[in-house]
Amino acid sequence: MAEPFVSVRDIHFTWPGASAPTLAIEQFEIAPAERVFLRGPSGSGKSTLLGLIAGVITPQYGDIKVGGKALSGLSAAKRDQLRAERLGLIFQLFNLVPYLSVIANVALPLRFSPARRGRIDGPVDHEAQRLLAGLGLEDPELLTRRVTDLSVGQQQRVAAARALIGQPDLVIADEPTSALDSDVRDRFIDLLSKETERSRAALLFVSHDTALASHFERSVDLASLNRAPVTAPGGP
Amino acid sequence: MGATIVDLALRSLWNRRGPALLTVIAVALSVALFLGVEKVRHGAKEGFSSTISGTDLIVGARSGQINLLLYSVFRLGDATAEVSWPTYEWLRAREDVAWTVPLSLGDSHRGYRVLGTTPEYFVRYKYSGGQALAVASGQEFDDLFDAVIGADVARELGYELGTPLILSHGLGRAGLQLHDNRPFRVAGVLAPTGTPVDRTIHVSLEAITAIHVGWESGARNPMADAITEDTIRGFDLTPRTITAVLVGLEQRATVLRSKRAVDTYRGEALMAILPGVALTQLWTVTGVAERALVAVSVFVVAVGLVSILTSILSSLAARRREMAILRAVGARPGHIFMLLVAEAALLGGLGAAAGTVLVNAALAGLAPALAARYGISLIGAGPGLLDAGTVGLVTLAAAAMGAFPAWLAFKRSLADGLSVKL
Repeated sequence: MAEPFVSVRDIHFTWPGASAPTLAIEQFEIAPAERVFLRGPSGSGKSTLLGLIAGVITPQYGDIKVGGKALSGLSAAKRDQLRAERLGLIFQLFNLVPYLSVIANVALPLRFSPARRGRIDGPVDHEAQRLLAGLGLEDPELLTRRVTDLSVGQQQRVAAARALIGQPDLVIADEPTSALDSDVRDRFIDLLSKETERSRAALLFVSHDTALASHFERSVDLASLNRAPVTAPGGP
Repeated sequence: MGATIVDLALRSLWNRRGPALLTVIAVALSVALFLGVEKVRHGAKEGFSSTISGTDLIVGARSGQINLLLYSVFRLGDATAEVSWPTYEWLRAREDVAWTVPLSLGDSHRGYRVLGTTPEYFVRYKYSGGQALAVASGQEFDDLFDAVIGADVARELGYELGTPLILSHGLGRAGLQLHDNRPFRVAGVLAPTGTPVDRTIHVSLEAITAIHVGWESGARNPMADAITEDTIRGFDLTPRTITAVLVGLEQRATVLRSKRAVDTYRGEALMAILPGVALTQLWTVTGVAERALVAVSVFVVAVGLVSILTSILSSLAARRREMAILRAVGARPGHIFMLLVAEAALLGGLGAAAGTVLVNAALAGLAPALAARYGISLIGAGPGLLDAGTVGLVTLAAAAMGAFPAWLAFKRSLADGLSVKL
């Protein structure tokens, strides 16, 4: 196996004010272009792990490497830059900035990362439309709507296009389908898998729903990874 | 990156354009009030200090500088003493003096002061930076009993050309002895000037002498009525005394030397004042009210700015999710900070710009009325440095105020990370 894109080693994270650690993980890796399913009930520290990988929070102990770089050695600004350049994130709900158009929402990461903008040949709008079409949003009428007028399923696909624009190395999806109906959910996962594959990005898909694990190459149970007592309530 | 933050701020404001518009209006109105007060104040001051121009010295009996200015120019108060005719002739004959206009005050008509003077007054009296008096209808006085009335007198008393008028001996409205044996008629009406000229009735210097024939004792001699107008016309009507003199010099550069010559004149206790200096001194007396007005308008601007703070603070809670999204796509906490500062600055800048447009449009519309009724000239009150400076300062102040909600959002975005749940 090539050098993993994400490597988590011997980390320990306690939320400020909490008495017990939320996360204690010996080892967790994501290979380049690998599609990983991370399963765990709510409150098990999933969002905390994602925050750590995204470099928004830092562990008290241990090393996290993203793209070969140790996050602990980077300043907050460098971690923000790394996230802007190499990661794409999808949340459970309310992914979109309400005052931006569909296209502007998709193109949003490019505003904060010239490097990511540089990976796109040609006009940004074309690339955004290509990604949206790949995710089943080809109707030009949809693109003119206010993002708040889109259905939840459509909003999640716009969020997926945003996570994918500019060829990130890793797409992190945090319960992106929990608000979707089952048929919409399966189609969403298929499209997301297909598009991450096409752009050769890794995918870390987090959900409490074990039934989804079959869509992915590898499934990891957070409960088995985490050495911290699960009885402790999760972070916010 | 600066451009993209401003672009985001603009789109965010546009998304909340209803409340944002209200905030902009609040700022616009407060800035318009401030600029309006400043401009009208400046115009009033300019108008006031150019109540009389082109006159180098005003000469009268020795009293106080303000007193002489008040009665000779503003027709307020009384002269403590008169200037004798020989003294006037001495002044007129001086080599440094180019022209003189004698003024004789002391009578009135229905509350308006009567000024006895020479026809040269209409040529020499200048106001508002060298503007000459203009006759709106009729002509300057020609006959002994002709009167030329100011615009306010004509409007308020409803007088027209040919209207007869009877002067009162002394000043005031009631209980005065009338010069009813010597009626005048309106020969001319002056165009509005916004100066005390509008409230003055002008007659010839000789007419003042003529109506006081038979008043030598200070009251009306019963014999006076026996003297007919024709007889009076035959008299030498050169006055024995006058009240004040407007003086134009050959060379303005010698004004202080000429002033000293008058002040030290041995024949009579005289004084000469420089109208501009005296006007400025008088204005400082009224300056307290003026400064109070400015202070109030500055506070109104502060209230307008606080409305920006209120609007951003109240939107902050609803925008935590938006901040988390921006963080997720790579925005630094500093970007979040700058976004909110930019929103505040945009609200302030747009409001101030709108207020500037508003006040300039309003003043452009009101300028003719202000000039005619109150003598407030708004020349030079158009858009200028004051407006640009105000827009700049209000924008900066709004940005500085925006730093508070921006700092809250900054801290919150650090604490929330990506994990805001709504």
